[in-house]
Amino acid sequence: MNSNSTMTTVMPHAIAKPAVTPLALVGLAAGLAVAVGAAFWFSDYHLFQLTMVVVYAIAILGLSIVTGFNGQISLGHGAFYAIGAYVTAILMDKYDVPYFYTLPASAVVCAGVGFLIGLPALRLGGLYLALTTFALAVAIPQLLKHKALEDFTGGVQGIVILKPDPPFGLPINGDQWLYLFTLGVGCIMFLLAWNLLRGRIGRAMRAIRDRAVAAEAMGIDIAMLKTRTFAVSAMFTGIAGSLGAIAVQFVAPDSFTVFLSIEFFVGMVVGGAASIGGAVFGAFFIQFVPNLADQISKAAPGAVRGIILIIFLYLAPAGMAGLTRMAIRRLRRPKPTGA
Amino acid sequence: MDGFIHQIFSGIATGGIYASVALALVMIYQSTHHVNFAQGEMATFSTFIAYTLIQAGVPYWVALVATFAISFAMGVAIERIFLRPMANAPELSSVGVFIGLLLIYTSISGWIFGYTIKTFPTPFDTGHPMLGGFVSGHELGATAVTLVVLLSVYAFFRFTRLGLAMRAAAYNPVSSRLVGVRVGWMLALGWGLAAGIGAIAGCMVAPIVFLDPNMMAGILLYSFAGALLGGITNPLGAVLGGFAVGVIENIGGAYIVGTELKLTMALVIIVAVLTVKPSGLLGKTVQSRV
Repeated sequence: MNSNSTMTTVMPHAIAKPAVTPLALVGLAAGLAVAVGAAFWFSDYHLFQLTMVVVYAIAILGLSIVTGFNGQISLGHGAFYAIGAYVTAILMDKYDVPYFYTLPASAVVCAGVGFLIGLPALRLGGLYLALTTFALAVAIPQLLKHKALEDFTGGVQGIVILKPDPPFGLPINGDQWLYLFTLGVGCIMFLLAWNLLRGRIGRAMRAIRDRAVAAEAMGIDIAMLKTRTFAVSAMFTGIAGSLGAIAVQFVAPDSFTVFLSIEFFVGMVVGGAASIGGAVFGAFFIQFVPNLADQISKAAPGAVRGIILIIFLYLAPAGMAGLTRMAIRRLRRPKPTGA
Repeated sequence: MDGFIHQIFSGIATGGIYASVALALVMIYQSTHHVNFAQGEMATFSTFIAYTLIQAGVPYWVALVATFAISFAMGVAIERIFLRPMANAPELSSVGVFIGLLLIYTSISGWIFGYTIKTFPTPFDTGHPMLGGFVSGHELGATAVTLVVLLSVYAFFRFTRLGLAMRAAAYNPVSSRLVGVRVGWMLALGWGLAAGIGAIAGCMVAPIVFLDPNMMAGILLYSFAGALLGGITNPLGAVLGGFAVGVIENIGGAYIVGTELKLTMALVIIVAVLTVKPSGLLGKTVQSRV
């Protein structure tokens, strides 16, 4: 309906930026150095928070791939996060699988579930997918609590898992290792996403978002690519769920209500829906803003998130990533002589 | 067998509530092609207002009418303030605004009225079962109220000038504007009406499920399922779909999947309708231009 205005308002510059500038590389390296250095600087509690930031960043990146880059609105990515978390917890708890081997398993499971969910819903308009995924997010705690799965999922009680020890006798504690491990996986996931989105498939995804008919005329199998995108996106968020379960060392159905999905959605919009870097900002936002607001009242975090979400939609629909891009352009061209 | 008939009757009673919320959803969908994800939370907030009025000693029916009026004003205000600027925004933005409203409403409900679960009064005689023991007084009364609401909405759209103007505005905004219909205000009135219907549905369901800030989350899902089943483009279909989902939910909950998976049934209905007959039972087939 409004597909072409989506393009102009949400991400105006992604296509016209193929090359990686040296400046960006230096910035990236510096950022990575700070992120690694943080492991030796912060207290264990703050490290845990930073670990969750990385986890949320991966989850939001997953959502961003399908919603921001492919234009398919999902309000239920918390469900894939939950499935990933449970796959890891069950494998570790019942089958003594080492934590790092559980990641590929949950990637496969989540991609499969995402494919199956996407199959009926993606053939229809965007709102139907939003509805279906919303329904999935509301239903998932009930499914996880169900008696038939209780032997695996532990029912309402959930599953407690053990914190992994640092390997190879590294002289760091468990929290530091957990953070570095999560950070490492996060870097791999971001690299994968960047590589996927900048190439032929990424272009096809954006083409479907911006003008589906033209994309079809160019020979893109829309339904198939949409469904696959959804599967990849579910996989990213599922891996985030696995890492989240390892970090929290506990999974229970009521941690995965519909509000988790909504948080991912808010983080994605605030960070910038069609932006890889925006996912990181969104993760910082959903990790720290509720903590700040929580000091005002129990109800405040939700209201604050809702208000900030609406403000961003009105004033900066491309999120923080869009604002940053705009700021950089202003700085580079001090005299506006017409772009 | 008696148990089965009982399930059908209470299915019709809750189905009536889904039918009204489904009707509210379809009214907004028809005129704006938006699905109001905050419909349930708005209704919960209205139910809290009714609760507060009744606790303050206002007679039940007066409180119900007052709640309808307040919710109506609230719906109009939301359309004018939050959605008007989003009229031409991409889908992601409008969905985002609804999610924002959902967050704000849940928080405000919890903030003002607290998170403790409250029992909501019913004006109907619950002392002895009716119709041979198959249905409680509240279920019968709630069904009656729902039917009155649905019939009044039908009569309003069918027989009044304003209803005709609202239908015209939804059906063809450009031509309506040309003949002097104030389309913007018609949309706002539609929002008000939807909010008011939601408020009454909230008051009818609160004695059954108890009142707390997340009361309507499940109900909204069933109403979505009902609207889709009947056809999201058809108000009558949405109402019938709502009743059908109520009955399916009760029968399924009692005999097939158990009460723990009731919400999952809504998901299954939604996926099934989208897979088998996306336009619903009575809806128009959606055609996209190529």
